[in-house]
Amino acid sequence: MTAHVLMQALGLVFDPYVLLVIFCSAIFGLFVGCIPGLTATMATALLVPITFFMPPVPAVAAIVTATAMAIFSGDIPGALLRIPGTPASAAYTDEAYAMTLKGQAEVALGAGLVFSAIGGLFGTAVMIAFSPSLAEIALKFSSFEYFWLVVLGLAGAVFIGNSSVLKACISLLLGLLIACIGLENPAGHPRFTFGLNELMSGVELIPMMVGMFAVSELLRYVTNMDPPMKIAAEKIGNIFSGMWDLLVKYKWPLVRGSALGTIIGIQPGSGADMASWMSYAMSKKFSDEPEKFGTGHVEGIVESGAANNSSLAGAWIPAIVFGIPGDSITAIAIGVLYLKNMNPGPTIFVNNPQNIYAIFIVFILANIIMVPLGWLTVKIATKILKVPRNILMPIILLFCIVGSFAINNSAWGVVLILFFGVAAFLFEENGFPVAPAILGVVLGTMMEENFVTSMIKSDGNPWVFFTRPIAMWLAIGTIIILFWPVFTWAWGKFRGKTADSPVQTPQA
Amino acid sequence: MKFNDAISGALLLALSIAVLVAIQAFPKIPGQNIGPGAFPGLLASLLALCSLILIFRGLKERGAQKWIELGAWLQSWQHLRSFLVTVACLLFYVSLSGTLGFIICGFVVLCAMMWTLNTRPQLFIPIALVATLVIHTIFYKGLRVPLPWGVLMPIAW
Repeated sequence: MTAHVLMQALGLVFDPYVLLVIFCSAIFGLFVGCIPGLTATMATALLVPITFFMPPVPAVAAIVTATAMAIFSGDIPGALLRIPGTPASAAYTDEAYAMTLKGQAEVALGAGLVFSAIGGLFGTAVMIAFSPSLAEIALKFSSFEYFWLVVLGLAGAVFIGNSSVLKACISLLLGLLIACIGLENPAGHPRFTFGLNELMSGVELIPMMVGMFAVSELLRYVTNMDPPMKIAAEKIGNIFSGMWDLLVKYKWPLVRGSALGTIIGIQPGSGADMASWMSYAMSKKFSDEPEKFGTGHVEGIVESGAANNSSLAGAWIPAIVFGIPGDSITAIAIGVLYLKNMNPGPTIFVNNPQNIYAIFIVFILANIIMVPLGWLTVKIATKILKVPRNILMPIILLFCIVGSFAINNSAWGVVLILFFGVAAFLFEENGFPVAPAILGVVLGTMMEENFVTSMIKSDGNPWVFFTRPIAMWLAIGTIIILFWPVFTWAWGKFRGKTADSPVQTPQA
Repeated sequence: MKFNDAISGALLLALSIAVLVAIQAFPKIPGQNIGPGAFPGLLASLLALCSLILIFRGLKERGAQKWIELGAWLQSWQHLRSFLVTVACLLFYVSLSGTLGFIICGFVVLCAMMWTLNTRPQLFIPIALVATLVIHTIFYKGLRVPLPWGVLMPIAW
């Protein structure tokens, strides 16, 4: 049975068309990641209108490959320009740049590449090992458990790693309200449509994401007043030399970073950026030579370079098992899967296991071809970095327009990218994070459906949410996360009073 | 452009009140206590609560935070112009793509954007033309998206 499914999955992936898609999206991802101002999430948002026209497996393959490549390739401008190519590289940009100034650009980039690939494979291995058994448990879940899972996911998105919990909360609630628009609710009543036919079926996800992640980035680019960038090293040597020694020397940081990255990825709402910041901090804490950090020391790059790539695979675990995205990239990917009628969730493991296995294979493949293609990108990096962005950005804008038009063949999509682009731009200017909003939009329908179904099943008695065995544990977990800031705040007050030391007041 | 939290909070509060008013008009489902308004109502109440906290915090920090802080880019004509041109390009496409067609609109959008980002006209006109035609070919021929021809309909290929 399994062998048969595996053969089917191999057949799905090793098809000339799918391989071509993987290759092209790899190049695309490497290019986008390498250009500062274009993020991995933006790469996904730009790919989506094209994947819209593909069967499910190549569509997912394109997203998986492009993001893995973009997260690695974000290290390149970090090392050469001191500007992270994607936010996921920001944690160790200064470190990598310091190495470049010391004449070790090839070590920084080599470590970024090799350990990104290893981290990615680690996350993939965890995904392959755990998601089928998780799916088996998930099959037993009813609407009560799903409701808590969604709440747990959303709570994580708000409370973990955000500077302002209150603003993240608001962003999430706005996302959930956007999900309420339209006819698709348990009662089938058109809500908040303002009499517009276009809003009857709700706000389309793809134009909204293109707006929030691509158009808003363009607006940020055109209003960016940073001075022009300077390339610190024109010549880069052999990036693979000395990598084996690093691997032997830093095997534990590597494992630690990969494991932490995978866990952060699984946790909904925080993705590669958070993984790399946290593991860089952890690396410094556990290192034997923490005083070297920040002066061009490779250890932190090894650990957080592995972490940000492993988080990508981690994020897919809740996405395919429960339909709950682990970060904004998988939020987009879930939107694509729904459009393809390949609804993520545990039943997919029963009904279409070959598709899931195909996703696993794509992950392995993507992390392997990352090494030669990444090497090539580093070789020509100084040329890519010189691509004039004042020509590139307008072309991306036109691409966004066509892509959003293509979803419904109407200019309404362009209205949406304009609205959400400007909204996301203003949000970020005012310190509201955008990622919780997108999770809210993706999960809103699911949350409401499970809430209403559960309430109807229990005759309006909310206690049932706490009395079913699995639901109870999920509820406890959620409540701990929800009240965590209150605990830490109270603890800080308590300690502040006793020890009389200055206390940091939490934001919420 | 940074608003004081009290202003953002007031706007959000207005939004949540609007939602709460709107759901009053939603029908009740007989025999059930959960109607289509229940979930948005819950969300809007939570949003109202969050907005009140935000207003409170904004007022407390009134001294440190200006009511509206114009970003540096709003004071630089070059950057403000680029922002406005980007928005205008999208509005232009929305309103005129049906009449003028994709190729003309795409070309105009690219030229306007490259002009505002200070590309030389000798460079941007040919690039805009080629890029528009390439994107048109990818989507119209390759992905079969019916991009509008508009006034170019007679010479459609």
